Amino acid sequence: MTTGIGARVLRKEDARHLNGTAQFVGDIKMSHLWEAAYVRSPLAHARIKSITKPAGFEDRIFTMNDMVGLGPIAAQSTLATYNQSNHWPLAKDKVRFVGECIAMCVAPTRAEAEDLAEAVIVDLEPLPVHVSVETALAPKAAKLHDEWDNNLFLTTAFDNDLTEARKKATVVIEREYSTARQCMVPMEGKGTLAYWDGKAEQLVMYTSTQVPHLIRTGVAECLGLDQGEVRVIAPDVGGGFGYKCVLQPEELTVGWAAKHLGRPIRWTEDRREHLTAGANTREHKYKITAYADDTGRLLGLDADIWVDVGAYSVWPFTACLEAAQAGGNLPGPYDLGAYACRTYSVATNKPGFTPYRGVARPGVCFAMELTIDAIARAVGRDPLDVRRLNLVPGSKMPYTNVTGKFYDTGDYPEAARRAADMIDAKTFAKRKADAAKEGRHLGIGFSSFTEQSAHGTKVFAAWGLALVPGYEQGMVKLAPTGSVEVKSGNQTTGQGLETTIAQVASDWLSLDTSLIKVTMGDTGMTPYSTGAYASRGMVMAGGAVSKASEELARRIRVLGAYLLQCKPDETELRDGAVFKGAASVTLKQIAQAWYLRPDLLPDDIETTGMEVTEGYKPSIDTGVFTYATHAAVVEVDIETGKVDILDYVIFEDCGTRVNPLILDGQSYGGAAQGIGTALFEEVIYDSAGQPLTSTLADYILPGPAELPSFRLGHSESPSPYSRHGIKGVGEGAAIAPSGALVNAINDVLSPLGAEITSIPATPHRILNAIFAARDASAVAREAAE
Amino acid sequence: MKPVPFTHESPKTLQLVDKALAGDNSKVMAGGQSIGPMLNLRLVRPTSIVSIDDLDELHSVHIKGSILSIGAMVTHARIEDGIEGIDLPPMLRYVARSIAYRAVRNKGTLGGSLAHADPAADWVSAMTALGADLVIRSARGKLRREPMAGFMRGAYRTGLQKGEIIVAVELPTAMGQAFWGYDKICRKVGEFADAIGAIVIHPDLKYARIVVGATEDAPLLLDDMARSIARTATAPSLDEIDSALAAHLPGASRVKRQLLKTAVARAIGKVIPS
Repeated sequence: MTTGIGARVLRKEDARHLNGTAQFVGDIKMSHLWEAAYVRSPLAHARIKSITKPAGFEDRIFTMNDMVGLGPIAAQSTLATYNQSNHWPLAKDKVRFVGECIAMCVAPTRAEAEDLAEAVIVDLEPLPVHVSVETALAPKAAKLHDEWDNNLFLTTAFDNDLTEARKKATVVIEREYSTARQCMVPMEGKGTLAYWDGKAEQLVMYTSTQVPHLIRTGVAECLGLDQGEVRVIAPDVGGGFGYKCVLQPEELTVGWAAKHLGRPIRWTEDRREHLTAGANTREHKYKITAYADDTGRLLGLDADIWVDVGAYSVWPFTACLEAAQAGGNLPGPYDLGAYACRTYSVATNKPGFTPYRGVARPGVCFAMELTIDAIARAVGRDPLDVRRLNLVPGSKMPYTNVTGKFYDTGDYPEAARRAADMIDAKTFAKRKADAAKEGRHLGIGFSSFTEQSAHGTKVFAAWGLALVPGYEQGMVKLAPTGSVEVKSGNQTTGQGLETTIAQVASDWLSLDTSLIKVTMGDTGMTPYSTGAYASRGMVMAGGAVSKASEELARRIRVLGAYLLQCKPDETELRDGAVFKGAASVTLKQIAQAWYLRPDLLPDDIETTGMEVTEGYKPSIDTGVFTYATHAAVVEVDIETGKVDILDYVIFEDCGTRVNPLILDGQSYGGAAQGIGTALFEEVIYDSAGQPLTSTLADYILPGPAELPSFRLGHSESPSPYSRHGIKGVGEGAAIAPSGALVNAINDVLSPLGAEITSIPATPHRILNAIFAARDASAVAREAAE
Repeated sequence: MKPVPFTHESPKTLQLVDKALAGDNSKVMAGGQSIGPMLNLRLVRPTSIVSIDDLDELHSVHIKGSILSIGAMVTHARIEDGIEGIDLPPMLRYVARSIAYRAVRNKGTLGGSLAHADPAADWVSAMTALGADLVIRSARGKLRREPMAGFMRGAYRTGLQKGEIIVAVELPTAMGQAFWGYDKICRKVGEFADAIGAIVIHPDLKYARIVVGATEDAPLLLDDMARSIARTATAPSLDEIDSALAAHLPGASRVKRQLLKTAVARAIGKVIPS
């Protein structure tokens, strides 16, 4: 079969994307459509004293008080120390971050709506601003949410006894690490278009989202509608990455306005809104103490992790998902003796934290991988050897790690070994020495991680969330023309799910993917799914479509057998037909018999028909684990602090590979984002909480000239717990680059007495680290004289 | 990010441009690559935008006697690609090639860049280093010349008076035989420079100039150092460069001085290999 599981097929969706015929929210043409613009808070923390609308335009401008019947976004959790925030879609009483929506203006064009927004006068009384976890946690700190005792959304604690580890350790590594706040910068920003459909008696909402069925629930709840009165349709979505896996305040206000004004209303996010009001992810601080013996073997790890989560919890995942993931994933693929970790989700005057590709793992992988290298330097061993000593070996699989993660299959040391081979680690010392003769500074670094994917019901429930995923539903149907329709409530956002679930159906039904039509994203047309996040799409939607296709294939063979006058178990489904020996009947003929000429079939044959919906989840809820090792060789220009990536390899295992072409793309894209995290991207605030990086001239994304030619290798360790052994892979490549690149940079800097422990490792940070080392050694020299 | 409402005109003669610019709140648009984003961000709010793209004389590149004249509307891309029949000084094509991205270079203009006067712009430093003169036309049609060195008074501030436009940039054709070095440090290909170093020495013309660019102010000239290099053919030490920078830019951070020092040293290194 040329387009089934494992086939390197071109993506179905690419023709319309490349020809400019795709349809994003911004492309929709609709009669009577008006555009919206928001008045957004210019201050990071303030009480709203008054909002004055320009005379004559009061009916085009709405505040929260005007939007009667619209409730707040209130993400709940049952965890003991959780503090709930109410995020009113338009600010009520207080604003808590620069860019928070205060009022909505509508007009025939976006430009006119922006003119209106400028004319609205908001009187604000400034309050003390928290731009860091330190000030937010200081005693008597001004509170973001007056009804709380402090500025903490949540604390968690994981508590093994470290007494033995402390006693036995001959090496103690203490480090503080920090990761910067980022924006996710999907190519297409958020966008929503809504109108009231009089015939269907429904609010119809086109929205750029990863989770249409979740948005339907959220919109219905906040607008006080029955779910049957809401239909959500995700059209083409130009990248999600997590930014679009939560309920958006703009979806609610656009929805309210469409219903009450009786005309379609649209809002699309512009880049400036994204870089200010959407600066909502990745910002962590770590304090780590690692205990090891003389060989570099880890005995224990003690950690404090602070996440700067901004002002409000997102729905449904809450502000606390990041810290929960951080604490749970810091050990990564390593076998730790004992582990103690306290996390703090701190409220600050910034946009509310949203999970971004990799969630907390890019941060914890960075912290852990730098710590491993620090241990290696302390014991005088090759960092690769120290990794081999500490990575969970293949022989111990399946392995329950110290935080209870159940690693299903794989060989982590083998991935590290293969990555080392690919980057030719054995000859690196010589290449480094040769380059040094020319005054060039080369470094090598490694980074390993596990990616928990398609974790399900019990895991989300343990986080106390109000909305947890259950069985994913998928529908597969043989159409009257002999082609196949697949419908999934999951959503394709550029990650290729439209193609890969077609490949799963293709595999069972022996039909080319060009004859398989995939519909996703429309709550009116697809069965329920919580959507595309946590690398669950291929396992969950693919699994559901697989089950449904398997059953449909059985039914097709029953019909085919009748038409071929034999028994079903004497038949074979291949090449788009049912065969018995040399005789065959095509899927088209079978479909025509069923739909057009049922008189040719017995009355009681397959009464349930040619349309199958199945529910699926993996046989364990704890997820299936992809893993990889990244390795990088860099050159650091110590005069300018610039880092050039000379070579970058990824050795990854994601179980059964459905489409190697798409998987390569996932690796390239994820690694590019990880390089952004490692070297370029940073949201900078001034002390008043003003975001200073509000255009792409200041918020630096890596471009094609900054990226290396990635080299990819893989193995396949199928999971016994998922259909076809598939594991999720969407997030992985974004996780490891910071570890690999900064370890490589520190390989250059450490002989100079310098070390990077904060990302992004910009020229600024690298030069300052070098200066600090020079100053320290100058002081030492003076003292010695 | 949508602009405030404005009218747009594209006059066909310089006299009509003068008329169009006579109002209180009109702005010239050359290639639109700087003013476009500023309009969208509402950093400028003109009531009228006057395109000067339709004026043929502003696109002309020609040699008159010993002077090369490049029209203000000549794009970076045209300079990068070379002009048929005219030997552009190699430094011009080298600098043009690294301005922003090709898409920007297709529209962005030499005159527009100089009038906008972003301290980190390449032409601001390069034309200062080459000793160019700007040909400026007043609102009443009179032409005057002003040397590029000194034309920029500070960040985004120039010697242009109300209603004046740059019509051409002139340099001696002899600059095509000068010794030159240009080094730019940026965080990412295509971005604005964090540091620029430029050196031009023409012994026959007794011309020596070192320019330090992207200082967040008008370009800095290190005349003494330039003359010393021209006389002795030896490069200054990194410490000497650092001292000169510290003296002229006392407020610069240590990182900024390091980058400026490196750009200047590397530019000098292209003329005087160590």
